[in-house]
Amino acid sequence: MQEFEPKIVAFVCNWCTYAGADLTGTSRIKYSANVKIIRFPCTGRIDFMILMKAFENGADGIIVSGCHPNDCHYSTGNFHARRRWIVLRNLLNFAGIETDRIQFSWVSAAEGFKWADVVNNTVAAIKEIGPYENYRKIAVSTLFNEEGASNE
Amino acid sequence: MSRIGVFVCHCGENISATVDCEKVARISGELKGVEFSADYKYMCSDPGQTMLKDAIREHKLDGVVVAACSPRMHEPTFRNACAEAGLNPYLCEMSNIREHCSWVHPKSDLTTDKAESLVRVMVEKVKKNKALNSIKVPVTRTALVIGGGVAGIQAALDIANCGHKVVMVEKLPSIGGHMSQLSETFPTLDCSQCILTPRMVEVAQHPNITLYTYAEVESVDGFIGNFKVKVRKKSKSLDEHLCTGCGLCTTKCPQKKIPNEFERGLGFRPAIYVPFPQAVPNKPVIDRENCTYYIKGKCKVCEIVCPTKAIRFDQEDEIVEVDCGAIVLATGFDVLKPDFFPEYGYGKYKDVIDGLQFERLASASGPTQGMIRRPSDGEIPKKIVFVACAGSRDPAKGIEYCSKICCMYTAKHAMLYKHKVHDGTPYVFYMDIRAGGKNYEEFVRRAIVEDETHYVRGRVSTIYEKNGKLIVKGVDTLMGAQPVEIEADMVVLATAGVANKGSEELAQTVHVSYDAHKFFAEAHPKLKPVETNTAGIFLAGACQAPKDIPESVAAASGAAVKVAALFSNDLLTREPLIAVVNRQAPPVYSSCVGCFLCQSVCPYQAIEREEIKNRNGEVIRTLAKVNEGLCQGCGTCVALCRTKAIDIYGYSNQQVYSEIMALLND
Amino acid sequence: MKIGFYPGCSMKGGAREYQESVSALARVFDIELVEIPDWNCCGATAAHNLNKELSLSLPARIMALAEREGLTDIVVPCAACYNRLSLVQHELGADATLKSKVCSIIDLKYEGTTQILNIIQFIDKYITDKLEEKVVKPFNYNAACYYGCLLVRPHAILNFDRVEDPQSMDVLVTKAGGNAIDWAFKTECCGAGMSVSRTDTVARLSGEIMKDANDRKADFIIVACPMCHSNLDMRRPEINKYLGENITMPVLYISQVLGLAVGLDAKTLGLNRHMTEVIFPEKPVKAAADIPQKVVTTQKMEA
Repeated sequence: MQEFEPKIVAFVCNWCTYAGADLTGTSRIKYSANVKIIRFPCTGRIDFMILMKAFENGADGIIVSGCHPNDCHYSTGNFHARRRWIVLRNLLNFAGIETDRIQFSWVSAAEGFKWADVVNNTVAAIKEIGPYENYRKIAVSTLFNEEGASNE
Repeated sequence: MSRIGVFVCHCGENISATVDCEKVARISGELKGVEFSADYKYMCSDPGQTMLKDAIREHKLDGVVVAACSPRMHEPTFRNACAEAGLNPYLCEMSNIREHCSWVHPKSDLTTDKAESLVRVMVEKVKKNKALNSIKVPVTRTALVIGGGVAGIQAALDIANCGHKVVMVEKLPSIGGHMSQLSETFPTLDCSQCILTPRMVEVAQHPNITLYTYAEVESVDGFIGNFKVKVRKKSKSLDEHLCTGCGLCTTKCPQKKIPNEFERGLGFRPAIYVPFPQAVPNKPVIDRENCTYYIKGKCKVCEIVCPTKAIRFDQEDEIVEVDCGAIVLATGFDVLKPDFFPEYGYGKYKDVIDGLQFERLASASGPTQGMIRRPSDGEIPKKIVFVACAGSRDPAKGIEYCSKICCMYTAKHAMLYKHKVHDGTPYVFYMDIRAGGKNYEEFVRRAIVEDETHYVRGRVSTIYEKNGKLIVKGVDTLMGAQPVEIEADMVVLATAGVANKGSEELAQTVHVSYDAHKFFAEAHPKLKPVETNTAGIFLAGACQAPKDIPESVAAASGAAVKVAALFSNDLLTREPLIAVVNRQAPPVYSSCVGCFLCQSVCPYQAIEREEIKNRNGEVIRTLAKVNEGLCQGCGTCVALCRTKAIDIYGYSNQQVYSEIMALLND
Repeated sequence: MKIGFYPGCSMKGGAREYQESVSALARVFDIELVEIPDWNCCGATAAHNLNKELSLSLPARIMALAEREGLTDIVVPCAACYNRLSLVQHELGADATLKSKVCSIIDLKYEGTTQILNIIQFIDKYITDKLEEKVVKPFNYNAACYYGCLLVRPHAILNFDRVEDPQSMDVLVTKAGGNAIDWAFKTECCGAGMSVSRTDTVARLSGEIMKDANDRKADFIIVACPMCHSNLDMRRPEINKYLGENITMPVLYISQVLGLAVGLDAKTLGLNRHMTEVIFPEKPVKAAADIPQKVVTTQKMEA
């Protein structure tokens, strides 16, 4: 049987974690190819809908990572992200969504090694949990069509 | 149907060593909406860029994806290339298949697959990209400098010498700040007044500088390039045009016993006064709280003696409106009131004074003409104790940070004392000597070695008076924590430097952030030390943190350069990746419901309230509106908006959703 | 009015006059002091140097007993006991795990709800308002109020007055008709428990305190701590030997001063129990020119 390769999407801020992931590259540190990055200006930009949209489209796990507290390029965006996560986690628990599948982290532009660790640990953790079949059953993914039109 | 071009870069072998670039280009070329695809050894090279430009023209591309290195590296390069080929630069995106793919994964089909999907993500994003134009904001080439100490003076002169107008607002009747109170300055011991007063005069005479003394900033509206500031010019009870500054009124005023603020209470002044002889402007103001006429309704001696009839008892405060493009905050610092320490007896014992009072005693223009004399009996103190860190680095009772200037000025005080009282003995109680700076350590060594200052490493526990002497009890931690008791004639407390009184209110008026100690906060502690988080507002000097004169001046010049750079164009150009609140045709107007949650989370005060009025001029809706000059594009408001009425260019909901769907649906 | 009373060891031994005067003063103001039944040692200076759990459990038990009796306030005249009880209340209040552990050790329910009052807080809360109307014999002397260390430190927890220049006892003495002098040794160390092991140290430290008060023409030193009292009073021969002087200035408890002012007699207040004989100066000198005067304020220093 083929090993389960989870699909993991990482939402990261442009200033710290994206640059940190660049550093992982420049340092040639190897990590699992399961994670793909989508760039945001700031973790403060990442709302509930974005995470839900990822699960709906078949993500098995999500990483959200930005600047360390007090290092935000926009001074407070990461605090809003953190606060939002606290609220969201309760909501997701209530809705029966597995919050273990969402990994929050602070990775600075200097933490190339840490980014590789975050990725590898998350991949290992999600492999452990298994594919997110339950969500997929109820997801409205049929709304996605080949034209690329969104369900806006 | 889109016409997107995909360009896959080999980056020499950096990408092609692990990713099959040709395959990526081929597969990408089959994607819907992709008109053209190619791979090339070095996309960023001249031939690479030429290929890109030719393809845009030839295939009439309406979007470009360059799969290469990190956009943090070459996004501007390729966007410029697109612009040169006539394609809006914001229709170009980069797929990071180097740092995020080829360099972090081994050569395998999986790695190539990942590169393909990263390209696909960007193709889908570009389909939703909008052509954007850089934002142009007009700039008023006038700077407002708040505070007329050495930092404000330096900033004002630097900006004015660049040919820009400057308005300087000073709270007190004269500019000069704390530096004008100092006797001599470390580490050169040159006279403070001698180096400062020429600068003060230059400010007053500079054709580009308008000086408002005895004035305060009342309100600040607008944004970078376009501030509207109201300045309250407090009434000086004087017609400044008629006054010649002869000073006759100040000598005839019957009120003579008002503690002189400039002399830190060690001298007296009349009710109509010039703060100090070298004041700029050298014209008096009436202190209405202490003036007999304002208290009792009669006196008017100054009016009678004034040869030019310049006194105006009924003069009122005046509000001046200033249009400016930039603001420099240079409001300086204050010292912690030593009554914080009852055990040191400041206020109880006259001969326990603070560092600024000692400066006045040591100053040739001070209350004792530069003789070091005890305030209590005028005797020359033979034993003097300087207590460093009086409040600094003391989380229990004072402040936790280091005030930075005290080590140096305490050494200077000890030296000045020794130079004036040759047979005297100076003691310094200290925690650590922090003399980091050009010629600073050498200066402290001179105080210790040449001027025989006794440095005792330890804190002072208590000071009390006994038989006319001040008993200073402390500990010498270098002598095995041995208790030390000194019978001193005078004690000088190096009280902590703290934020100026009212700095919190000013920060709120000007809309800048401040730290836990109420010092103004810089935008970045290392890379943006003179900027604030509010675009167009800069910091100079000790309003940011305790600073010595060289540092204050350096920061002021730094701020001045930032202002000059801002003023170097008629229009300010900014990246258009900012938030926008949607607008629709009436009667909907917008999906914004006017909850203004966005306003509460915006770190830049960029959300404004826009009132929608009907034909009768009645307000029917109040909607959020993003100020293009202030928005920095963080997107926090977008995530928070309940009705999704705000979106952000470059990272719009549509773009992000398309990316997610492309990424997960292969 | 019923208020809990924790005497501790000193009230029952060396400082009987302290308890006598506090009780007598309470009676004058119709306050019933209820001694906490089955009280135990507070642990004082020894326990917290030796065993953390013991040092927490001993005071916790005292407070638990008071809670069981339904007492909301406990007056703790001894400064050392007050210090221990307050610190333990603070520490257990900040750590629920520790609190439940201590509860299981003492096998009693402890909530930490009682208010621990030192003698000055007790007077402030229950007596000050009615004090001036009851003063029949103003304490017309120069008094040096000595606070010592245990009442005022650690400031962050006890939050007593101004830590380096306390005022509240001065205010009480002034209300009793006295003249609280300004002096320099209000919170200096008296030598405390060194009394037995290093009497020479106590003689020196207490001697400096004594000397400053004497130099500033105090008639009495006023204390609120049995330890301070014993060092300044009982160690007087050693002090005088160290100073090479013969200082006869008596040391009174604040409760004795107020007791005298409201007309209680010397015997009731236990003045006869002091080692240094309590002699009242013939002609009390008030506000002599050479005595430093000051404005006594009740303003508390902000933390």
